[in-house]
Amino acid sequence: MGVASARSVLVAHPHPNPPHKGEGVLLCLSNHRSAHMLFSAILTGLVLGGTYALVAMGLTLQYGVARIMNLAYGDIIIAASFGAFVLFTALGINPLLGMLIVIPAGFALSWLIYAVMLQPLARRSRDRGRLEGDSILATFGLLFVIQGVALVIFGSGFMSYSFLAVPVDIMGTTIAANRLLAFVLAVVFGLGLWLMLTRTRFGTVIRAVAANPASAPLVGINVDSVARFAFAIGGALAAAGGVVVSMYLTFSATMGVIFTMKALIVVIMGGVGNLMGALAAGLILGLVETLVASFIDPGLTLAATYLIFLAVLVVRPQGLFGKAAR
Amino acid sequence: MMKLALALIALVALAFVPAFAGPYPLGLGIGILGYGVLATAWAMFSGPTRYISLATVAFFGLGAYTVAVLADVLPYPLVLVVAALVGLIVALIVGLATLRLAGIYFVIFTFGLTELVRQLVTYYEVNVTRTLGRYVFLPLEPEHIYWQLLALLAATLAIAFWVRRSRIGLALRVIGDDPVVASHLGVRITRTKLTLFSISCVIMTLAGAIQAPRWTYIEPSIVFNPTTSFLVVIMALLGGPNRLFGPLLGAVPLFLLFEWLSANFPNHYSIILGLLFIAIVFVLPNGVLAAGDSLWSRLTRKAVQS
Repeated sequence: MGVASARSVLVAHPHPNPPHKGEGVLLCLSNHRSAHMLFSAILTGLVLGGTYALVAMGLTLQYGVARIMNLAYGDIIIAASFGAFVLFTALGINPLLGMLIVIPAGFALSWLIYAVMLQPLARRSRDRGRLEGDSILATFGLLFVIQGVALVIFGSGFMSYSFLAVPVDIMGTTIAANRLLAFVLAVVFGLGLWLMLTRTRFGTVIRAVAANPASAPLVGINVDSVARFAFAIGGALAAAGGVVVSMYLTFSATMGVIFTMKALIVVIMGGVGNLMGALAAGLILGLVETLVASFIDPGLTLAATYLIFLAVLVVRPQGLFGKAAR
Repeated sequence: MMKLALALIALVALAFVPAFAGPYPLGLGIGILGYGVLATAWAMFSGPTRYISLATVAFFGLGAYTVAVLADVLPYPLVLVVAALVGLIVALIVGLATLRLAGIYFVIFTFGLTELVRQLVTYYEVNVTRTLGRYVFLPLEPEHIYWQLLALLAATLAIAFWVRRSRIGLALRVIGDDPVVASHLGVRITRTKLTLFSISCVIMTLAGAIQAPRWTYIEPSIVFNPTTSFLVVIMALLGGPNRLFGPLLGAVPLFLLFEWLSANFPNHYSIILGLLFIAIVFVLPNGVLAAGDSLWSRLTRKAVQS
């Protein structure tokens, strides 16, 4: 269980599609009865969904409060995964402890990005549409910068390390301990964020800015600094998500786009700014993806994601639980 | 009339370039024309509406792949027609799903579209045809590709020019400024956006289809390279997405810069381009041409005052 027994592996897949994350546990169970397989797929899907929900919460904070549509969000996640990878493989630091370094780093980096790059844009733009356009373009550029740095340092291969890869038995189905830990961490962070937003004074201030940025200054709220702080918390959640991802999935420098995409879809599905919506939508997405990967074809997971997205756009663009955007 | 004559003369002059350009300059010419087409087509829709499309290469790659799949089966002109139809169908699906909503949904949808199309093509090739990667053997020399792209660019500019003059272009600008006003004026918002988006996407698909023979070997990771989408947006922004020749003007220096960077800094060019992109968003939000205009008007105003 300790760090000493954990073995680090660096996997480079020649195949353009990495083996889907859902497979690892499922493959060894493929001989069992299908009911077992279904249960196992549901477990794996819940774990994956928990991670999606965690990262989507960060994005919904950034978009809902700071009004920044951050297309480089997934690259922050991947950067954090690489951070945890380096800490673990080079320095032997357990990812759980590594979080103590990576999460503050994610917070600081996002704070800096907002202060240097996005705040001037926010001040310059008079209306929200303009800021939205500018922030999309600026973070689209940022995406290539972060991804480029990761490619220079780590190359384009798929990475993973083995941490807590011991099977745990849950109601007759085995699941890797790192996946279980990933789910627990997602729940802890999600609950922590929810408590902070609903039970503290600062959380109320954040929600006030999210609800009405124009009136918030009237009650003495400094919208600029709240937005910056919310953006940084979003970055910290992305970093937390990145560490969790690195514990049980293979990742690569160019995968940030996919995480951004999935986080965006979860945010829209749940309703912008709606934490519980993000949680439910994340779990749904994780479940659907894993079921498609294990019963249809792993190559079609993104297609399934898009199909859900399409359905949401056609039927309920305001999100499953949300009010209409704008 | 004068301008039209000038444009025609430029077109004829450019058509003679392959006669005395060596293979390398001709390759650069093809690249510039290709990106010129893509950037102009991108700006045709995204400029006035401010619906930022990040999926240029999804259409470009679809065009290239259609040629790779059908080149042995159908005569070449028919292949181009099929490619245009494929682009049109995908554009209609994307447009019908997103264009009746706020622009942000469109951006998000196009952001992941390239990855989706790439994975679907990969899935199809691996599971149905059992080959990943195809060879394109067409009896087309570089100069043929050059001429086709030149013709496409001329057509694209003509369409863009016509759109700016016509009712639909005016409607599009009103939508970009204020969709509510547009709907009160009786503009059919979704249909207008969908029409322009489809035209722009078909052109992008054709640009990919025409350039497919240049690769000889095609596989999803080559033709669905996200850097292309990125370059197209930055080119259009640099030149100014609301000017007829703006995107083309942005395409020339940026393509040359990209060539130079990818030859000399193969590992770092995306970082450099990313920083450049951010700088352009900051410094030239409306493009070089607009910045030049405002500088000019400021200078002349000063001259009048003094």
